[in-house]
Amino acid sequence: MIEFSNWDILRNLLLAARWTVVLSLVSFVGGGIVGLGLLFMRISRSRWPRLFAGAYVELFQGTPLLMQLFLAFFGLALFGINVPAWLAAGVALILWTAAFLAEIWRGCVESIAKGQWEASASLGMGRMQQMRYVVLPQAMKIAIPPTVGFSVQVVKGTSLTSIIGFVELSKAGTIVTNATFLPFTVYGYVALIYFVLCFPLSKSSQYLERKLNVAHRNH
Amino acid sequence: MSLIEITDVRKSFGANEVLKGIDLNVEPGEVIAIIGKSGSGKSTLLRCINGLETINSGSIQVAGAQLAPDELHLKALRLKVGMIFQSFNLFPHKTAGQNVMLSQMVVKKTPKPEAEAMARKMLERVGLAHKFDAYPDELSGGQQQRVAIARALAMQPMALLCDEVTSALDPELVQEVLAVVKELAAEGMTLLMVTHEMRFARDVCSRVVFMHMGRVHEIGPPAEVFGAPKTPELRQFLGAQH
Repeated sequence: MIEFSNWDILRNLLLAARWTVVLSLVSFVGGGIVGLGLLFMRISRSRWPRLFAGAYVELFQGTPLLMQLFLAFFGLALFGINVPAWLAAGVALILWTAAFLAEIWRGCVESIAKGQWEASASLGMGRMQQMRYVVLPQAMKIAIPPTVGFSVQVVKGTSLTSIIGFVELSKAGTIVTNATFLPFTVYGYVALIYFVLCFPLSKSSQYLERKLNVAHRNH
Repeated sequence: MSLIEITDVRKSFGANEVLKGIDLNVEPGEVIAIIGKSGSGKSTLLRCINGLETINSGSIQVAGAQLAPDELHLKALRLKVGMIFQSFNLFPHKTAGQNVMLSQMVVKKTPKPEAEAMARKMLERVGLAHKFDAYPDELSGGQQQRVAIARALAMQPMALLCDEVTSALDPELVQEVLAVVKELAAEGMTLLMVTHEMRFARDVCSRVVFMHMGRVHEIGPPAEVFGAPKTPELRQFLGAQH
Protein backbone atom coordinates (compact mmCIF):
# COMPACT_ATOMS: atom_id res chain seq x y z
CA MET A 1 0.00 0.00 0.00
CA ILE A 2 1.20 3.47 -0.85
CA GLU A 3 1.92 5.81 2.03
CA PHE A 4 0.64 9.38 1.73
CA SER A 5 2.40 12.10 3.64
CA ASN A 6 0.53 15.04 5.09
CA TRP A 7 2.13 17.20 2.45
CA ASP A 8 0.83 14.95 -0.35
CA ILE A 9 -2.66 15.39 1.01
CA LEU A 10 -2.40 19.09 1.65
CA ARG A 11 -0.80 19.84 -1.69
CA ASN A 12 -3.60 18.17 -3.59
CA LEU A 13 -6.21 19.95 -1.52
CA LEU A 14 -4.56 23.31 -2.02
CA LEU A 15 -4.43 22.80 -5.77
CA ALA A 16 -8.18 22.15 -5.75
CA ALA A 17 -8.77 25.08 -3.40
CA ARG A 18 -7.75 27.35 -6.27
CA TRP A 19 -11.00 26.37 -7.97
CA THR A 20 -12.95 27.16 -4.84
CA VAL A 21 -11.40 30.62 -4.87
CA VAL A 22 -12.03 31.13 -8.58
CA LEU A 23 -15.61 29.92 -8.31
CA SER A 24 -16.20 32.16 -5.29
CA LEU A 25 -14.84 35.20 -7.11
CA VAL A 26 -16.83 34.48 -10.26
CA SER A 27 -20.02 33.98 -8.25
CA PHE A 28 -19.46 37.08 -6.19
CA VAL A 29 -18.58 39.41 -9.05
CA GLY A 30 -21.17 37.95 -11.43
CA GLY A 31 -23.76 37.84 -8.67
CA GLY A 32 -22.96 41.43 -7.81
CA ILE A 33 -23.56 42.58 -11.38
CA VAL A 34 -26.80 40.61 -11.79
CA GLY A 35 -27.80 41.63 -8.25
CA LEU A 36 -27.38 45.29 -9.09
CA GLY A 37 -29.70 44.87 -12.04
CA LEU A 38 -32.22 43.10 -9.82
CA LEU A 39 -31.91 45.88 -7.23
CA PHE A 40 -32.85 48.52 -9.80
CA MET A 41 -35.81 46.42 -10.92
CA ARG A 42 -36.86 45.79 -7.34
CA ILE A 43 -37.01 49.50 -6.47
CA SER A 44 -38.33 50.56 -9.87
CA ARG A 45 -41.49 52.60 -10.02
CA SER A 46 -43.00 50.39 -12.71
CA ARG A 47 -44.88 47.37 -11.57
CA TRP A 48 -43.57 44.56 -13.78
CA PRO A 49 -39.86 44.85 -13.13
CA ARG A 50 -40.65 45.10 -9.43
CA LEU A 51 -42.80 41.97 -9.50
CA PHE A 52 -40.25 40.04 -11.55
CA ALA A 53 -37.37 40.89 -9.24
CA GLY A 54 -39.49 40.11 -6.19
CA ALA A 55 -40.46 36.70 -7.56
CA TYR A 56 -36.86 35.98 -8.57
CA VAL A 57 -35.57 36.71 -5.09
CA GLU A 58 -38.31 34.64 -3.44
CA LEU A 59 -37.62 31.73 -5.77
CA PHE A 60 -33.89 31.62 -5.16
CA GLN A 61 -34.14 32.29 -1.44
CA GLY A 62 -36.94 29.78 -1.02
CA THR A 63 -35.24 26.78 -2.63
CA PRO A 64 -32.02 25.01 -1.59
CA LEU A 65 -28.91 25.92 -3.52
CA LEU A 66 -28.41 22.21 -4.08
CA MET A 67 -31.69 21.98 -6.03
CA GLN A 68 -30.67 24.98 -8.11
CA LEU A 69 -27.41 23.25 -8.96
CA PHE A 70 -29.22 20.04 -9.89
CA LEU A 71 -31.64 21.93 -12.09
CA ALA A 72 -28.85 23.80 -13.83
CA PHE A 73 -26.82 20.64 -14.37
CA PHE A 74 -29.39 17.90 -15.03
CA GLY A 75 -32.35 20.04 -15.98
CA LEU A 76 -30.72 21.60 -19.02
CA ALA A 77 -29.38 18.20 -20.06
CA LEU A 78 -33.00 17.04 -20.40
CA PHE A 79 -33.43 19.57 -23.17
CA GLY A 80 -30.40 18.17 -24.91
CA ILE A 81 -28.17 21.00 -23.76
CA ASN A 82 -25.04 19.45 -22.39
CA VAL A 83 -23.77 21.67 -19.64
CA PRO A 84 -20.30 21.05 -18.25
CA ALA A 85 -20.13 20.97 -14.44
CA TRP A 86 -18.08 24.17 -14.17
CA LEU A 87 -20.60 26.11 -16.23
CA ALA A 88 -23.62 24.81 -14.32
CA ALA A 89 -21.85 25.54 -11.02
CA GLY A 90 -20.88 29.05 -12.09
CA VAL A 91 -24.29 29.98 -13.45
CA ALA A 92 -26.24 28.56 -10.50
CA LEU A 93 -23.99 30.27 -7.96
CA ILE A 94 -24.14 33.60 -9.80
CA LEU A 95 -27.94 33.51 -9.89
CA TRP A 96 -28.15 32.44 -6.24
CA THR A 97 -25.70 35.12 -5.07
CA ALA A 98 -27.52 37.76 -7.10
CA ALA A 99 -30.80 37.02 -5.30
CA PHE A 100 -29.28 37.44 -1.86
CA LEU A 101 -27.19 40.51 -2.72
CA ALA A 102 -30.18 42.22 -4.34
CA GLU A 103 -32.17 41.68 -1.17
CA ILE A 104 -29.36 42.89 1.12
CA TRP A 105 -28.87 46.00 -1.01
CA ARG A 106 -32.57 46.71 -1.24
CA GLY A 107 -32.66 46.93 2.54
CA CYS A 108 -29.74 49.37 2.46
CA VAL A 109 -31.36 51.59 -0.17
CA GLU A 110 -34.63 51.61 1.72
CA SER A 111 -32.87 52.59 4.93
CA ILE A 112 -31.95 55.94 3.39
CA ALA A 113 -34.24 58.58 4.87
CA LYS A 114 -37.21 59.65 2.76
CA GLY A 115 -36.08 63.24 3.19
CA GLN A 116 -33.03 62.54 1.01
CA TRP A 117 -35.30 61.54 -1.88
CA GLU A 118 -37.56 64.53 -1.30
CA ALA A 119 -34.75 67.05 -1.05
CA SER A 120 -33.04 65.81 -4.19
CA ALA A 121 -36.36 65.61 -6.05
CA SER A 122 -37.27 69.15 -5.10
CA LEU A 123 -33.91 70.30 -6.49
CA GLY A 124 -35.01 68.92 -9.85
CA MET A 125 -33.07 65.65 -9.96
CA GLY A 126 -34.50 62.75 -11.89
CA ARG A 127 -34.80 59.28 -10.41
CA MET A 128 -31.49 58.01 -11.80
CA GLN A 129 -29.66 61.14 -10.69
CA GLN A 130 -31.08 60.77 -7.21
CA MET A 131 -29.87 57.17 -7.10
CA ARG A 132 -26.44 57.94 -8.47
CA TYR A 133 -25.52 61.07 -6.54
CA VAL A 134 -27.56 60.93 -3.34
CA VAL A 135 -28.94 57.52 -2.43
CA LEU A 136 -26.40 54.95 -3.65
CA PRO A 137 -23.32 56.67 -2.18
CA GLN A 138 -24.99 56.57 1.22
CA ALA A 139 -26.49 53.10 0.78
CA MET A 140 -23.17 51.64 -0.35
CA LYS A 141 -21.54 52.62 2.89
CA ILE A 142 -24.22 50.76 4.82
CA ALA A 143 -24.05 47.82 2.43
CA ILE A 144 -20.33 47.08 2.73
CA PRO A 145 -20.34 45.08 6.01
CA PRO A 146 -23.31 42.80 5.18
CA THR A 147 -22.03 42.32 1.63
CA VAL A 148 -18.59 41.24 2.79
CA GLY A 149 -20.29 39.08 5.41
CA PHE A 150 -22.35 37.39 2.74
CA SER A 151 -19.23 36.57 0.73
CA VAL A 152 -18.51 33.98 3.45
CA GLN A 153 -21.75 32.23 2.51
CA VAL A 154 -20.67 32.25 -1.13
CA VAL A 155 -17.33 30.59 -0.33
CA LYS A 156 -19.06 27.89 1.69
CA GLY A 157 -21.79 27.59 -0.93
CA THR A 158 -19.25 26.56 -3.55
CA SER A 159 -18.73 23.30 -1.65
CA LEU A 160 -22.13 22.11 -2.90
CA THR A 161 -20.89 22.12 -6.47
CA SER A 162 -18.88 19.01 -5.61
CA ILE A 163 -22.16 17.09 -5.90
CA ILE A 164 -22.45 17.75 -9.63
CA GLY A 165 -18.85 16.76 -10.08
CA PHE A 166 -17.03 20.05 -10.15
CA VAL A 167 -13.62 19.41 -8.64
CA GLU A 168 -13.10 22.09 -6.06
CA LEU A 169 -11.94 21.77 -2.46
CA SER A 170 -14.73 19.51 -1.18
CA LYS A 171 -14.71 17.20 -4.18
CA ALA A 172 -10.93 16.97 -3.95
CA GLY A 173 -11.37 16.02 -0.30
CA THR A 174 -13.60 13.12 -1.31
CA ILE A 175 -11.18 11.98 -4.00
CA VAL A 176 -8.18 12.16 -1.70
CA THR A 177 -10.08 10.29 1.02
CA ASN A 178 -10.90 7.52 -1.39
CA ALA A 179 -7.23 7.15 -2.20
CA THR A 180 -5.82 7.46 1.32
CA PHE A 181 -8.57 6.06 3.56
CA LEU A 182 -7.82 8.87 6.00
CA PRO A 183 -11.17 10.71 6.12
CA PHE A 184 -10.58 12.45 9.42
CA THR A 185 -7.22 13.89 8.41
CA VAL A 186 -8.35 14.84 4.93
CA TYR A 187 -11.64 16.49 5.90
CA GLY A 188 -9.86 18.16 8.80
CA TYR A 189 -7.57 19.82 6.29
CA VAL A 190 -10.51 20.66 4.03
CA ALA A 191 -12.31 22.37 6.90
CA LEU A 192 -9.13 24.19 7.85
CA ILE A 193 -8.66 25.55 4.33
CA TYR A 194 -12.28 26.76 4.23
CA PHE A 195 -11.72 28.42 7.57
CA VAL A 196 -8.57 30.14 6.36
CA LEU A 197 -10.52 31.46 3.39
CA CYS A 198 -13.57 32.59 5.36
CA PHE A 199 -12.12 33.88 8.62
CA PRO A 200 -10.47 36.99 7.13
CA LEU A 201 -13.70 37.78 5.33
CA SER A 202 -15.91 37.59 8.40
CA LYS A 203 -13.32 39.44 10.47
CA SER A 204 -13.10 42.24 7.93
CA SER A 205 -16.89 42.40 7.85
CA GLN A 206 -16.91 42.97 11.61
CA TYR A 207 -14.10 45.48 11.31
CA LEU A 208 -15.85 47.42 8.55
CA GLU A 209 -19.08 47.43 10.50
CA ARG A 210 -17.34 48.98 13.48
CA LYS A 211 -15.35 51.41 11.43
CA LEU A 212 -18.24 52.67 9.31
CA ASN A 213 -20.46 53.00 12.34
CA VAL A 214 -18.15 55.15 14.43
CA ALA A 215 -20.32 57.99 15.71
CA HIS A 216 -22.61 57.40 12.73
CA ARG A 217 -20.27 59.38 10.58
CA ASN A 218 -21.70 59.72 7.15
CA HIS A 219 -18.68 60.74 5.21
CA MET B 1 -50.83 86.53 -14.27
CA SER B 2 -50.00 85.29 -10.81
CA LEU B 3 -46.69 83.54 -10.16
CA ILE B 4 -48.33 80.60 -8.43
CA GLU B 5 -51.88 79.60 -9.38
CA ILE B 6 -53.59 76.96 -7.32
CA THR B 7 -57.04 76.10 -8.61
CA ASP B 8 -59.55 73.85 -6.87
CA VAL B 9 -56.91 71.39 -5.65
CA ARG B 10 -58.17 68.25 -3.98
CA LYS B 11 -56.04 65.60 -2.36
CA SER B 12 -56.97 62.43 -0.49
CA PHE B 13 -54.95 59.89 1.41
CA GLY B 14 -57.18 56.84 1.04
CA ALA B 15 -60.63 57.79 2.25
CA ASN B 16 -59.29 60.81 4.10
CA GLU B 17 -59.65 64.00 2.06
CA VAL B 18 -57.01 66.38 3.36
CA LEU B 19 -57.39 69.14 0.76
CA LYS B 20 -60.99 69.92 -0.13
CA GLY B 21 -60.71 72.35 -2.99
CA ILE B 22 -57.97 74.92 -2.47
CA ASP B 23 -57.83 78.12 -4.53
CA LEU B 24 -54.90 80.42 -4.01
CA ASN B 25 -53.02 82.84 -6.25
CA VAL B 26 -49.64 84.18 -5.25
CA GLU B 27 -48.20 87.30 -6.88
CA PRO B 28 -44.47 87.76 -7.48
CA GLY B 29 -42.74 89.07 -4.37
CA GLU B 30 -45.52 88.08 -2.01
CA VAL B 31 -44.66 86.46 1.29
CA ILE B 32 -47.41 84.17 2.42
CA ALA B 33 -47.68 82.45 5.77
CA ILE B 34 -49.87 79.36 5.99
CA ILE B 35 -51.06 78.75 9.53
CA GLY B 36 -53.43 76.23 11.04
CA LYS B 37 -53.68 73.27 13.36
CA SER B 38 -51.73 70.11 12.60
CA GLY B 39 -53.77 67.98 10.23
CA SER B 40 -55.35 71.01 8.58
CA GLY B 41 -53.54 70.19 5.32
CA LYS B 42 -51.06 73.06 5.27
CA SER B 43 -47.92 70.96 4.77
CA THR B 44 -49.71 68.77 2.23
CA LEU B 45 -50.66 71.85 0.23
CA LEU B 46 -47.05 73.00 0.19
CA ARG B 47 -45.84 69.55 -0.88
CA CYS B 48 -48.41 69.45 -3.68
CA ILE B 49 -47.09 72.67 -5.16
CA ASN B 50 -43.76 71.13 -6.17
CA GLY B 51 -45.14 67.69 -6.85
CA LEU B 52 -43.89 65.82 -3.80
CA GLU B 53 -47.51 64.75 -3.40
CA THR B 54 -49.78 63.98 -6.33
CA ILE B 55 -53.10 65.79 -6.46
CA ASN B 56 -56.42 64.09 -7.16
CA SER B 57 -57.98 66.99 -9.03
CA GLY B 58 -57.53 70.68 -9.73
CA SER B 59 -54.44 72.32 -11.16
CA ILE B 60 -51.26 74.00 -9.99
CA GLN B 61 -49.09 76.30 -12.09
CA VAL B 62 -45.87 78.04 -11.20
CA ALA B 63 -44.77 80.69 -13.70
CA GLY B 64 -46.38 78.81 -16.53
CA ALA B 65 -45.01 75.40 -15.53
CA GLN B 66 -47.91 73.06 -15.04
CA LEU B 67 -47.89 70.36 -12.38
CA ALA B 68 -48.04 66.95 -14.08
CA PRO B 69 -46.89 63.60 -12.79
CA ASP B 70 -44.22 62.85 -15.40
CA GLU B 71 -40.55 63.49 -14.71
CA LEU B 72 -40.13 66.13 -17.43
CA HIS B 73 -42.96 68.36 -16.19
CA LEU B 74 -41.91 67.88 -12.58
CA LYS B 75 -38.36 68.94 -13.36
CA ALA B 76 -39.53 72.09 -15.15
CA LEU B 77 -41.77 72.92 -12.20
CA ARG B 78 -39.12 72.23 -9.59
CA LEU B 79 -36.64 74.49 -11.36
CA LYS B 80 -39.06 77.35 -10.72
CA VAL B 81 -39.86 76.60 -7.13
CA GLY B 82 -37.44 75.47 -4.43
CA MET B 83 -38.25 73.87 -1.12
CA ILE B 84 -36.81 73.97 2.40
CA PHE B 85 -37.71 71.21 4.84
CA GLN B 86 -38.28 71.00 8.55
CA SER B 87 -35.52 68.40 8.87
CA PHE B 88 -33.03 70.22 6.57
CA ASN B 89 -32.34 67.06 4.50
CA LEU B 90 -28.80 68.01 3.62
CA PHE B 91 -26.84 65.26 1.89
CA PRO B 92 -24.75 63.89 4.77
CA HIS B 93 -21.99 62.49 2.55
CA LYS B 94 -21.24 65.88 1.02
CA THR B 95 -19.78 69.07 2.44
CA ALA B 96 -21.85 72.23 2.72
CA GLY B 97 -20.26 73.51 -0.48
CA GLN B 98 -20.85 70.25 -2.36
CA ASN B 99 -24.45 70.22 -1.16
CA VAL B 100 -24.97 73.57 -2.83
CA MET B 101 -23.03 72.61 -5.96
CA LEU B 102 -24.50 69.17 -6.64
CA SER B 103 -27.86 69.98 -8.15
CA GLN B 104 -26.47 72.86 -10.18
CA MET B 105 -24.01 70.49 -11.84
CA VAL B 106 -26.34 67.51 -12.14
CA VAL B 107 -29.61 69.18 -13.05
CA LYS B 108 -28.54 72.38 -14.78
CA LYS B 109 -25.21 70.98 -16.07
CA THR B 110 -23.44 74.06 -14.74
CA PRO B 111 -19.64 73.65 -15.10
CA LYS B 112 -17.91 73.01 -11.79
CA PRO B 113 -16.06 76.35 -11.40
CA GLU B 114 -19.28 78.30 -11.93
CA ALA B 115 -21.23 76.03 -9.60
CA GLU B 116 -18.56 76.51 -6.97
CA ALA B 117 -18.59 80.28 -7.38
CA MET B 118 -22.36 80.25 -7.03
CA ALA B 119 -22.12 78.00 -3.96
CA ARG B 120 -19.65 80.36 -2.30
CA LYS B 121 -21.88 83.31 -3.10
CA MET B 122 -24.98 81.64 -1.69
CA LEU B 123 -23.22 80.40 1.44
CA GLU B 124 -21.94 83.95 1.90
CA ARG B 125 -25.49 85.18 1.61
CA VAL B 126 -26.63 82.98 4.49
CA GLY B 127 -23.55 83.89 6.51
CA LEU B 128 -21.76 80.55 6.17
CA ALA B 129 -18.98 81.22 3.68
CA HIS B 130 -16.47 79.89 6.22
CA LYS B 131 -18.29 76.52 6.44
CA PHE B 132 -17.83 75.63 2.77
CA ASP B 133 -15.83 72.50 3.59
CA ALA B 134 -17.76 71.41 6.69
CA TYR B 135 -19.90 68.28 6.62
CA PRO B 136 -23.52 68.57 7.78
CA ASP B 137 -22.85 66.66 11.01
CA GLU B 138 -20.27 69.28 11.92
CA LEU B 139 -22.85 72.05 11.73
CA SER B 140 -25.54 73.16 14.16
CA GLY B 141 -29.18 72.76 13.20
CA GLY B 142 -29.48 76.44 12.38
CA GLN B 143 -26.39 76.30 10.21
CA GLN B 144 -27.66 73.19 8.43
CA GLN B 145 -30.93 74.91 7.66
CA ARG B 146 -29.09 77.92 6.30
CA VAL B 147 -27.05 75.65 4.04
CA ALA B 148 -30.33 74.10 2.88
CA ILE B 149 -31.58 77.58 2.03
CA ALA B 150 -28.37 78.33 0.13
CA ARG B 151 -28.76 75.02 -1.71
CA ALA B 152 -32.28 75.94 -2.82
CA LEU B 153 -31.27 79.49 -3.77
CA ALA B 154 -28.37 78.28 -5.91
CA MET B 155 -30.93 76.86 -8.33
CA GLN B 156 -32.26 80.40 -8.76
CA PRO B 157 -35.92 79.57 -8.18
CA MET B 158 -38.69 82.14 -8.59
CA ALA B 159 -40.35 81.06 -5.37
CA LEU B 160 -39.44 79.14 -2.23
CA LEU B 161 -41.63 76.79 -0.24
CA CYS B 162 -40.70 76.67 3.44
CA ASP B 163 -42.16 73.77 5.40
CA GLU B 164 -41.90 74.61 9.12
CA VAL B 165 -38.26 75.50 8.65
CA THR B 166 -37.64 76.36 12.28
CA SER B 167 -39.69 73.64 13.99
CA ALA B 168 -36.78 71.23 14.41
CA LEU B 169 -34.46 73.88 15.83
CA ASP B 170 -33.48 74.70 19.38
CA PRO B 171 -35.07 78.00 20.43
CA GLU B 172 -31.80 79.92 20.36
CA LEU B 173 -31.17 78.86 16.75
CA VAL B 174 -34.56 79.89 15.40
CA GLN B 175 -33.69 83.55 14.99
CA GLU B 176 -30.64 83.04 12.78
CA VAL B 177 -32.78 81.11 10.27
CA LEU B 178 -35.67 83.56 10.46
CA ALA B 179 -33.25 86.41 9.87
CA VAL B 180 -32.14 84.79 6.60
CA VAL B 181 -35.76 84.23 5.53
CA LYS B 182 -36.60 87.80 6.39
CA GLU B 183 -33.73 89.04 4.27
CA LEU B 184 -34.96 86.96 1.34
CA ALA B 185 -38.40 88.47 1.76
CA ALA B 186 -36.90 91.95 1.79
CA GLU B 187 -35.01 91.18 -1.42
CA GLY B 188 -38.30 90.36 -3.11
CA MET B 189 -38.24 86.56 -3.14
CA THR B 190 -41.68 85.00 -3.33
CA LEU B 191 -42.17 82.86 -0.24
CA LEU B 192 -44.83 80.41 0.81
CA MET B 193 -44.23 79.28 4.32
CA VAL B 194 -45.98 76.94 6.68
CA THR B 195 -45.05 78.30 10.07
CA HIS B 196 -45.81 78.36 13.76
CA GLU B 197 -43.89 81.59 14.26
CA MET B 198 -46.87 83.92 14.55
CA ARG B 199 -44.83 86.99 15.37
CA PHE B 200 -42.71 86.39 12.30
CA ALA B 201 -45.81 85.91 10.15
CA ARG B 202 -47.24 89.14 11.47
CA ASP B 203 -44.04 91.13 10.88
CA VAL B 204 -42.88 89.80 7.53
CA CYS B 205 -45.78 88.39 5.55
CA SER B 206 -47.93 90.20 3.05
CA ARG B 207 -50.79 87.74 3.48
CA VAL B 208 -51.71 85.06 5.96
CA VAL B 209 -53.67 81.95 5.02
CA PHE B 210 -55.50 80.17 7.82
CA MET B 211 -56.27 76.58 6.90
CA HIS B 212 -58.88 74.52 8.67
CA MET B 213 -60.14 71.02 7.80
CA GLY B 214 -58.56 71.04 4.35
CA ARG B 215 -59.92 74.43 3.28
CA VAL B 216 -58.65 77.99 3.18
CA HIS B 217 -60.73 79.20 6.06
CA GLU B 218 -59.56 82.80 6.21
CA ILE B 219 -57.10 84.79 4.17
CA GLY B 220 -55.93 88.37 4.38
CA PRO B 221 -53.18 90.75 5.40
CA PRO B 222 -51.66 89.89 8.79
CA ALA B 223 -53.19 92.93 10.50
CA GLU B 224 -56.63 91.65 9.53
CA VAL B 225 -56.08 87.95 10.23
CA PHE B 226 -54.36 88.47 13.56
CA GLY B 227 -56.08 91.72 14.55
CA ALA B 228 -59.66 90.97 13.59
CA PRO B 229 -60.23 87.27 13.00
CA LYS B 230 -63.66 86.75 11.45
CA THR B 231 -64.33 83.09 12.23
CA PRO B 232 -64.54 81.37 15.62
CA GLU B 233 -62.08 78.69 14.41
CA LEU B 234 -59.37 81.26 13.75
CA ARG B 235 -60.09 83.04 17.03
CA GLN B 236 -59.79 79.75 18.85
CA PHE B 237 -56.57 78.86 16.98
CA LEU B 238 -54.97 82.22 17.75
CA GLY B 239 -56.15 82.05 21.35
CA ALA B 240 -54.54 78.65 21.80
CA GLN B 241 -51.20 80.05 20.63
CA HIS B 242 -50.57 81.98 23.82
